[in-house]
Amino acid sequence: MVEEPELVEMAHGDGGRATRELIDRLFRPAFGEEHLSASDDAAPIAELSGEWMVSTDTFVVSPSEFPGGDVGKLAVCGTVNDLAACGARPVFLTAGFVLEEGLSLQLLRRVVRSMASTASADGVRLVAADTKVVGRGSGDGVYINTTGLGQTMPGVELDAARIVPGDRIIATGYVGDHGMAVLTHREGFPFSVPVTSDCASLWPAVETMLSDAGDAVKFMRDPTRGGIATALKEIAEQVPVDVILKEEDIPVRDPVRSAADMLGLDPLYLANEGNLLIVVHEDAGERVVSSLRSRRGVTAPRVIGEVVEGSGAVRAVTSLGGTRDLGLFAGDPLPRIC
Amino acid sequence: MKGVLTRFSDPDLGRSVLAEIQGKAEAIGRPLTFMEVCGTHTAAYSFTGLRDVLDDAVRLRSGPGCPVCVTPPGDIDRMIALAGGDHITCTFGDMMDVPGSGSSLRKERARSGRVRIIYSPDEALQLARGHHDGETVVLLSVGFETTAPAVSSVLRRAAAEDRTNLRVFSAQRLLLPALRVLLCDPEVNLDGLILPGHVAAVLGRAAFEFVGAEAGIPAVVTGFEVIDLLCALDCLLDMVGRGEVAVKNRYGRAVREMGNPAARGVTSRVFEQCDVQWRGLGTVRGGGLRLREEFAAFDAAPLVPDDEVGDADPPEQCRCGDILRGQAEPGDCRLFARICNPLRPSGPCMVSREGACSTYYRHHREESLHG
Repeated sequence: MVEEPELVEMAHGDGGRATRELIDRLFRPAFGEEHLSASDDAAPIAELSGEWMVSTDTFVVSPSEFPGGDVGKLAVCGTVNDLAACGARPVFLTAGFVLEEGLSLQLLRRVVRSMASTASADGVRLVAADTKVVGRGSGDGVYINTTGLGQTMPGVELDAARIVPGDRIIATGYVGDHGMAVLTHREGFPFSVPVTSDCASLWPAVETMLSDAGDAVKFMRDPTRGGIATALKEIAEQVPVDVILKEEDIPVRDPVRSAADMLGLDPLYLANEGNLLIVVHEDAGERVVSSLRSRRGVTAPRVIGEVVEGSGAVRAVTSLGGTRDLGLFAGDPLPRIC
Repeated sequence: MKGVLTRFSDPDLGRSVLAEIQGKAEAIGRPLTFMEVCGTHTAAYSFTGLRDVLDDAVRLRSGPGCPVCVTPPGDIDRMIALAGGDHITCTFGDMMDVPGSGSSLRKERARSGRVRIIYSPDEALQLARGHHDGETVVLLSVGFETTAPAVSSVLRRAAAEDRTNLRVFSAQRLLLPALRVLLCDPEVNLDGLILPGHVAAVLGRAAFEFVGAEAGIPAVVTGFEVIDLLCALDCLLDMVGRGEVAVKNRYGRAVREMGNPAARGVTSRVFEQCDVQWRGLGTVRGGGLRLREEFAAFDAAPLVPDDEVGDADPPEQCRCGDILRGQAEPGDCRLFARICNPLRPSGPCMVSREGACSTYYRHHREESLHG
């Protein structure tokens, strides 16, 4: 019996024996898919009918494992949530891995298992995968690309063009948890913050909500990079309308607020990986919120603002009744220095 | 601690204090101009919406209290030249995008991959310890009285370990002498000053007594929560209303009368005061810190290729200098939001999160452009 090497080596990417071993011993046991053959160039999938949506995304998070998740879970949830935001039931997934020479196989196994369990919880099937290895120093551990195929739910029409003044904006959860969890978990970061990433699939919650609320849901966005402020700004400019948020109604956890304050960051611009912004008809706000309540992945569903006539501005009304503009995010989130 | 902080950001209390302030401002019956000296206050007054709510009655002007913003072009170019050299350069994140004459730290990082963003000066020492081959680690030290003690403490430890592969480029500045210069400027016309809470925590309230005596205007030290921001205004309005000129402390939970002598002590063992350039203020006597002779081995200044880097002029039309003296608002600058924005900043006030231009760009862009 050949002992499994502990680290990823260049040979794991050579397409030969080592690659096959990696697939047979690490990927296939996790995903359990008969499609994952080392020899076929493409995988057949069942006949597709109806309307489908496709979404692709690449995940390069550092560190690969963080409180509340890892790059594998993120790679599934990220693409699943992109499909969910478009009202499509995620069905098939492909994954491409870029592994850095020297990566711990144990870590890779944890990441792959986490991917597999996240996908199977939503009934998503991994139908094709690819692995490449780059030399040490040419990558950072493990990068994953996922492409998802999702089937559009019948009778659902999600279109920014349906947004009109009066519509309500709902957020499904606490804001900024993922960004803060990853930022403060990086090596050498001088203090720890008791917060875990919100990384979660929101498909089950979306499915129930769309069945309950149907036509009242007009548009959804997955506010990842750039946070809810950037996502709302993009929606506002696209329509165009203005969006007015009531700051006191936006759910932010105390540790996230305090740490953001200390670092000179605004939680509204921090990344989320388990949050959806939902634009609904003005009469449907509270109904949709109660449909979302206590669903898996939904942490704090709330109406956080409303749509008014305008040309693309997003404003937050503060507790003192003042307003501040929320523009597109620009540059790195920078810590303050004094 | 949580209880205390929650109390200082209580929305109901905030609304009632605000109503009182609006009443007092109305009773005074003329528009007032206060300066918030500190960049963190600039950001906080905008972030809470207070600048916007008070605009008609109380005009808030930013001051010279953002360390990135007041660093002059020559020092920026020297730091960029250091980053282009054959060593690892550590910087606080705010400096990354500040434009020099030809480059920026971010561009140098893309070119060499040897520029690191750090959160604490301690990280630079840890990096130096990790380089047993003696590779040099340069810490770009930018900040006020508040940052200097931490840098000093790191240098004292480096000296004790004889770890001379750590070098510090001091662009440290002292706010107090600069404030004195500013207040002597006859063109600066203010009704009151909101003094920086963090700097005051180090220096103490008493160190600011000169404001009342020399400038003849009331001043107040305060913190950064909503209630702190409101209390400062309330206190200034009371003093203006009574014609009182004094320096009051409304940040008692952090600022003592005599400040923090231990922090000042550690700084003075490592650094000494020197005359330096400030953006907007020119040469300020005693307005900067340089390493003492005993720490010369840790000084990164000799590593700057001096013949290549002179004292450049600020970018044409950029009004960061006027803005730092409270003589202009970001909207008065022709570059603001037209040519200068956070992705392509012309001057440093658009880069630092505490810079007035960056704050106005984020929170008041429309009204600054059209108001």
